[in-house]
Amino acid sequence: MSKEKIKISEDLFDIMPSDYQDLVKSSTYGKEDRGWKDIGTSKELIEQHSLCAGCPESMAFRYILASLPNPEDTVMVGSTGCTSLVFPMVAVHNIHSLFGNQNAIASGLKRALSVRFPDRTKDVVVLAGDGATVDIGLDMTLQAWFRQEKFTTICFDNELYANTGGQESGLMQKGFVAKMAPVGKLFEKVRLPEIARESGCHYVVNCTVSKPSLVEKVIRNAVHIAREIGPTYLQLYTPCILEIGKNSMEGLQEMRDSEKPTERFAYKEYVSEPAKQLLAELAAKDKERKAAAKQLAGQATA
Amino acid sequence: MSDYRVLPGPEHFLPPAAASMGIRLPNPGEAHINGVIASEEKAYEEAAKQFLMAKVPTIFPGPLVLWAWNEKAAKKAAAIRQLYNTLKECVQPGQSPMLIPMPDYRPKYPKIDPEVEINPNHPNLTIWHNKIDCCMFVGVHCHQANLSLKIIRGGTSCYTIAMCAQAGHEDAMLSFRDASVEKIMKLADWVRKLKGTVQPRLTSAKSGASN
Repeated sequence: MSKEKIKISEDLFDIMPSDYQDLVKSSTYGKEDRGWKDIGTSKELIEQHSLCAGCPESMAFRYILASLPNPEDTVMVGSTGCTSLVFPMVAVHNIHSLFGNQNAIASGLKRALSVRFPDRTKDVVVLAGDGATVDIGLDMTLQAWFRQEKFTTICFDNELYANTGGQESGLMQKGFVAKMAPVGKLFEKVRLPEIARESGCHYVVNCTVSKPSLVEKVIRNAVHIAREIGPTYLQLYTPCILEIGKNSMEGLQEMRDSEKPTERFAYKEYVSEPAKQLLAELAAKDKERKAAAKQLAGQATA
Repeated sequence: MSDYRVLPGPEHFLPPAAASMGIRLPNPGEAHINGVIASEEKAYEEAAKQFLMAKVPTIFPGPLVLWAWNEKAAKKAAAIRQLYNTLKECVQPGQSPMLIPMPDYRPKYPKIDPEVEINPNHPNLTIWHNKIDCCMFVGVHCHQANLSLKIIRGGTSCYTIAMCAQAGHEDAMLSFRDASVEKIMKLADWVRKLKGTVQPRLTSAKSGASN
């Protein structure tokens, strides 16, 4: 699908619900400088969602969707969990895979899209929880990285199986007691960012979603690097406020507390050499584009 | 031929799929009325009559015509608008034609607004809310139309018409096949032709869709 096809038939435009009219009239599709600042004004960025009030995952979802560089030509692959409740509200293509299968599905999809649309840039982004990425789907996750599949894997790390009531997951911190894990976690949190780096990912980031501008930067980097070079991995802390006993308004503070330098979600980034070079090229091009736009604006006002 | 007839419901919570009751689809150039194969001409006449009899005759355009994904879709949308305008011109006072879109098929959270749209997963809400007693599906993908038509037959007394671009729908009370701009316009012509000759159901005890 391309944005040219997202047009309402002229003769029936007036009867379409206003959500769809807005989507067509004021969406950010095709805009090079789309970003988190479009949230609140663009319909495709989840106006409403079915997650719990104050859920940090809903913030993460919004920031990610606002930051995709090429949403009209992006397919997101999801897995069962809270994220699958949001996808029906998202105006981006998505596939709901079997639990844990998401990276295998994305591998086939990315290859098929490259064959079917050789002249178009098609991005694939996997978005799954920690259970699907690190426990049940670890095999598929790692094998996709070993094969150097060109797509981004995003893990919404809430450190347990939240959607099913709070079971222990590999990314749960040591000693944590959850509703359905009363003994407490006996071993350390799986160090997937490090595993990702060693498995061949060219861009790995471990952070929270407390800062929208930071999320925007890492998403854009991850997608661009995956498109050109190879697999990328983002591990984003999206705490489940229900399962860790917080109130709706406390999610943001929980993330801020967890990203302090000594904490487990202190910002960590790994960029491979080829990826560094690509990011430098992209930054130079972006600078050129902005300078040209500024010059054009100056000419127009003169 | 099966004795089963596809009639307005409510047929109960899970009506059988008409195909499983022996109803077959029309061949090219044919249509079916209540599950009985009929000529297209007869179907145009019957569909026009049903529209003119109904208190709230409604057209439900689906994504295949709402979105201008090709030139043909845009032309069909124009024809649908013309059919709706014709209906408005030809009905009598007390009848209120409606044009309600089915923009996509996703489950809607937190809720559907039945006044502005219909969703195949719970079409009965829109039918009940607006008291629709005759409706036509056009531009809806077949699988979703089948689902929706069955739910409507199961839970409401609404008369259903399918203007299908493929092979037609057994689960509609009346189904055309191979829908085109010409066919939609021909139906509009029949509505115009029968204007004033059909008595609306306004005073009938069963006016409006019941549940």
